[in-house]
Amino acid sequence: MSAEALEQTEGQVPDKRTVIVGNGAGSDPDGIGNYTVNFGPQHPAAHGVLRLVMEMDGEIVERCDPHIGLLHRGTEKLIEHKTYLQALPYFDRLDYCSPLGMEHSYVLAVEKLLNLEVPERAQYLRVFFAELTRICNHMLNLGSHVMDVGAMTPNLWLFEIREDCLNFFERASGARMHSAWFRPGGVHQDVPLKLLTDIADWLDTRLPRLFEDAISLVADNRIFKQRNVDIAIVPKADALKWGFSGPMIRGSGIAWDIRKSQPYDVYDRMEFDVPVGTNYDCYDRFMVRVEEVRQSARIMKQCLQQMPEGPIMTLDRKVGPPKRGEMKSSMESLIHHFKLYTEGFHVPAGEVYVATESPKGEFGVYLVSDGTNKPYRCKIRPTAFSHLQAMDHLMKGHMLADVTAVLGAMDIVFGECDR
Amino acid sequence: MGHSAPLIQPIGGLADELRTLLGSDLLDIVEAHDEVTLVVARDALLSVATKLRDEAQYQQLMEIAGVDYLDRAERFEVVYHLLSVTRNHRLRVKVSATEATPVPSVTGLWPVAGWLEREVYDMYGVVFSGNSDLRRILTDYGFSGHPQRKDFPLTGYVEVRYSEEDKRVIYEPVKLAQDFRNFDFMSPWEGAEYVLPGDEKADDKNGGKA
Repeated sequence: MSAEALEQTEGQVPDKRTVIVGNGAGSDPDGIGNYTVNFGPQHPAAHGVLRLVMEMDGEIVERCDPHIGLLHRGTEKLIEHKTYLQALPYFDRLDYCSPLGMEHSYVLAVEKLLNLEVPERAQYLRVFFAELTRICNHMLNLGSHVMDVGAMTPNLWLFEIREDCLNFFERASGARMHSAWFRPGGVHQDVPLKLLTDIADWLDTRLPRLFEDAISLVADNRIFKQRNVDIAIVPKADALKWGFSGPMIRGSGIAWDIRKSQPYDVYDRMEFDVPVGTNYDCYDRFMVRVEEVRQSARIMKQCLQQMPEGPIMTLDRKVGPPKRGEMKSSMESLIHHFKLYTEGFHVPAGEVYVATESPKGEFGVYLVSDGTNKPYRCKIRPTAFSHLQAMDHLMKGHMLADVTAVLGAMDIVFGECDR
Repeated sequence: MGHSAPLIQPIGGLADELRTLLGSDLLDIVEAHDEVTLVVARDALLSVATKLRDEAQYQQLMEIAGVDYLDRAERFEVVYHLLSVTRNHRLRVKVSATEATPVPSVTGLWPVAGWLEREVYDMYGVVFSGNSDLRRILTDYGFSGHPQRKDFPLTGYVEVRYSEEDKRVIYEPVKLAQDFRNFDFMSPWEGAEYVLPGDEKADDKNGGKA
């Protein structure tokens, strides 16, 4: 994208919110005036433990102050006390709706510091399952977004797909959610051929049938549109200023996708389109995610066609553990195994910032190593933190009922936001 | 081939471009792992950030990270990660600080910095001058201390529980049934920095034989 293209559209977006602001709905003849509403921290539409303190003028939100940190578990501090491999499972527990997306950034950061080459099959498997994670994540988000604005059925149908995804994760890694399957150097275990063929069948039959069915209920639905179109419009300049990423920045019309612009693993060999919004509102963000699901399925099919046979973990025994079979006959392997699972590998001193396109946006890991077997500092850049911060800016002048639509279109998970 | 992390194409002549743009505000420029790090003077941060945003096209502030280096004179490092969506490039800007030296806030340039600075303040106690809303963000209401500092214990100082007698949540000093186990993995073959039991005699002139 060129600088001109970015500037051209700036200022062309009318600030439609001014229509809503100050229409007198809140001016109360009895003189009750402004009051404060406390939304959450236990509220089904808060998507976790979010507490919103809102100053209202009638039904209009004047100021919105999100209180977060109720799910703060000190992940970054804990990681500093763990070896590089022990730190990995913490990433599953950040955004528990898309665990593999979180692991992806971390393993790439460690590999970048080690300058470690990953076997091709492992790269394909990672991309394949990262995209399955994206589908899985979007099923939850699209479904709950629809439910937040009042429709029940699509959510149930989309959860069917999510259930399928979780079953696939279980078959690959043994765990439905907290897989810990991406490892520095590759993936933990190879997948059986039957799993890949089953997913291929699923991509051709069940996924499109369930997904398109559910989306057809809402995409052109008048009520759904009334709740989302022209709600929380974010012009391009605002999206940049507020540090938006992922579907949020694409919903604002900026075709920015890290998978395209800074490709990692084998994304440079994949063909896919980057959907962008045209009206920059909540409906656009929703539809961007809908299209991303289709594109993810497209990427997964390409992975299946291109995926080679071969090792799934680096053969560098100072990082990747040996196979159990080798350990029975080779003393060297036994020592490597023992050292890797007690001391862990040492990572050369240095610092990297690695950001990948997680389903929710740019998920970054700033990793500082001092040359030992534990990270000196591991700063996690969550997506929700920046997006949620814009809540006050987005909500100003909107109705109370729009809060859930805006939150739903942001796709926030508190495990990741609070860390 | 090497690693498969996100590919960031190096921009030819970027270091020179930044040197001319920033002049004496730029203390050091480091290029490692295809990533460019600028070390700038704390007081010059605002002018540097403005130039980077407006003239060098780094439109987005993605992240502010604090790092604690206990042995340095100015122990904290505040690390800004900038992203240019037009040049498809990332930049890291570093300033150092102490508890007593405030870092100028960049909330005027990027409103997203508001919470990011609050987090660094919460976790490290670095103060940002010009941030109008420098409250704690991730820790509990009424929390004291800065948990990400290297001298803050992993277990913290207080724990909470619901007290049946008081009918409310109460705070108590941390009581652990077992101490946090910090294993020493440094192998003696790679040069441990301590004397193993029995080894103290090795340096004797008699070779340990009395």
